[in-house]
Amino acid sequence: MGELKLMKGNEAIAEAAIRAGVDAYFGYPITPQSEVIEYLMVEKPYETTGMVVLQAESEIAAINMVYGAAASGKKAMTSSSSPGISLKQEGISYMAGAELPCLIANVVRGGPGLGTIQPSQADYFQATKGGGHGDYHMIVLAPASVQEMADFVSKGFDLAFKYRTPVMILSDGLIGQMMEKVILSEHTPRWTDEEIIKLSPWATTGKPASRERNIITSLDLDPYRQEEHNIHLQKKYKEIREKEVEYEEIMCEDAEYLFVAYGSSSRIAQKAIKLGREKGIKAGLLRPITLYPFPSEAIRRLSQQVKGILSLEMSAGQMIEDIRLSVDCEMKVEHFGRMGGVIHSPAEALQALEEKIIGG
Amino acid sequence: MKDEISEIVNVENLVYKKTPLMTDNILSYCPGCGHGTAHRITMEVLEELGIGEKTIGVAPVGCSVLAYEFMNIDMQQAAHGRAPAVATGIKRTWPHKIVFTYQGDGDLAAIGTAETIHACNRGENFVIIFVNNGIYGMTGGQMAPTTLPGMKSSTSPYGRDVHIMGNPLKMTELIAELPGTRFVTRQAVHTPGNVRKAKRAIKKAFENQMNFKEGINFVEIVSNCNSGWKMTPVHSNEWMVENMFPFFPLGDIKVDGELVNK
Repeated sequence: MGELKLMKGNEAIAEAAIRAGVDAYFGYPITPQSEVIEYLMVEKPYETTGMVVLQAESEIAAINMVYGAAASGKKAMTSSSSPGISLKQEGISYMAGAELPCLIANVVRGGPGLGTIQPSQADYFQATKGGGHGDYHMIVLAPASVQEMADFVSKGFDLAFKYRTPVMILSDGLIGQMMEKVILSEHTPRWTDEEIIKLSPWATTGKPASRERNIITSLDLDPYRQEEHNIHLQKKYKEIREKEVEYEEIMCEDAEYLFVAYGSSSRIAQKAIKLGREKGIKAGLLRPITLYPFPSEAIRRLSQQVKGILSLEMSAGQMIEDIRLSVDCEMKVEHFGRMGGVIHSPAEALQALEEKIIGG
Repeated sequence: MKDEISEIVNVENLVYKKTPLMTDNILSYCPGCGHGTAHRITMEVLEELGIGEKTIGVAPVGCSVLAYEFMNIDMQQAAHGRAPAVATGIKRTWPHKIVFTYQGDGDLAAIGTAETIHACNRGENFVIIFVNNGIYGMTGGQMAPTTLPGMKSSTSPYGRDVHIMGNPLKMTELIAELPGTRFVTRQAVHTPGNVRKAKRAIKKAFENQMNFKEGINFVEIVSNCNSGWKMTPVHSNEWMVENMFPFFPLGDIKVDGELVNK
């Protein structure tokens, strides 16, 4: 049984990283996620587990430090918030191309541009569709609680190493900043050098005479070989779509209307459902836990049962495109969400369901 | 004939052999370019120090983007300018390994300025080999941060006008001023004598990495780009001596953490 603590979401990510046996965290301060590196600097895991913690000169440098460590088989991670994640896109694209495992936490704030420091879910497109250049995807996990902020660190690394791919925790300023109870897992020791060489024989750990040199690159100037590499990546993403979809259904058994919402919005949707049921409106919630891969099958199945779907996101409506694709536009799917750092209330969400779906 | 050849390759007659730390792949560099020599002496140093098996190299973007095709060690290829950050990630998590970056002037002194300066200022413990030929060679001879005043390139076709295009950057002198650098030197590989000096400098750089826990060891190699400069190899080397060396003078700039008084 783990340890029970009251923590901010950002602190939970940091503590979970130490406990998950992460080798290195490279970061750069940005609101609302600076508590991740602040917590690590206070805890000094380099004196206990040996985990490296380094404040880089920029988000660009931080993601490239992750690249170097990951390419050498280490469990390396970074975190940032929206404008900083934009800067990391180059590095993420290179890591997807070079097939490097790593964890990136995005504690999303309102945009575009410098935007605001308040919570938002407007980075959904960037996170799930690639974000950087080229044909690639990350696995995207969407925590809805401080507990999941902690749990998704080791889960994220497991997936990252299973598929040799960057994994993103797509959170927001609300979950990053709010405090909740969290049960922290036991400490997992960091991998030994021997374990790394065995687990990741592709990694650059120094070439012994017994093997060919290991090369980590995203470059292949031969277009036919580069196409082969792209086909290989697409096969990997297909396998991820087939095997790694995760979602939660809440009060869907008798639902006539469906909210689809992730992260903070899923918490708001649950309250809206409660308010609705007090008025006799039978609504349920499908909460995607993985945003990539997206739970299209589950949504399609539920669309046979309900009369309409409301996508609740703190954005102008981004996930709604994936919902509409899931139901082949054969059902009424509408969006509601506040933007620019404003958090919608449960009453607003319920009102939107009544106006756009039930009455619409 | 066969006997004659076998006699020539008798062990006692061998005065030189290719280091096994260079692959047999045909170099992608233009004939006459200094990169091949810089690659070879770097790999010879690793062999002589017996550290090839524990060394991880980082290739840049630019002419030497394919350095990993020629260096027979574990290598990573970094995004443009990011090699010092990538090397930081390797060395910090594998402190007992030997790490180096191999970068050109566009990579190190333009797009990677921040990564270069901050890795140097943090006192990271790896080697930076900086090949400066005053031009973007890979992309076809555009103006670099190191292009000399008045020097022609495809993006300064009438010569670099410093009032419009800014001044060339002496990155090596700049980073020598930082407390995190241990050994900073500028060398060349256009004559046998210079090759020997450059190799000695590279050896010192790697020995420093092995002997100390912190401090960047930085070896600039001023080189030619005969194709980018649109000259014959011989002429480009003469032009380099006459024009590049006065602006980028050869010699040690910082030794054992102390600036060399000139």
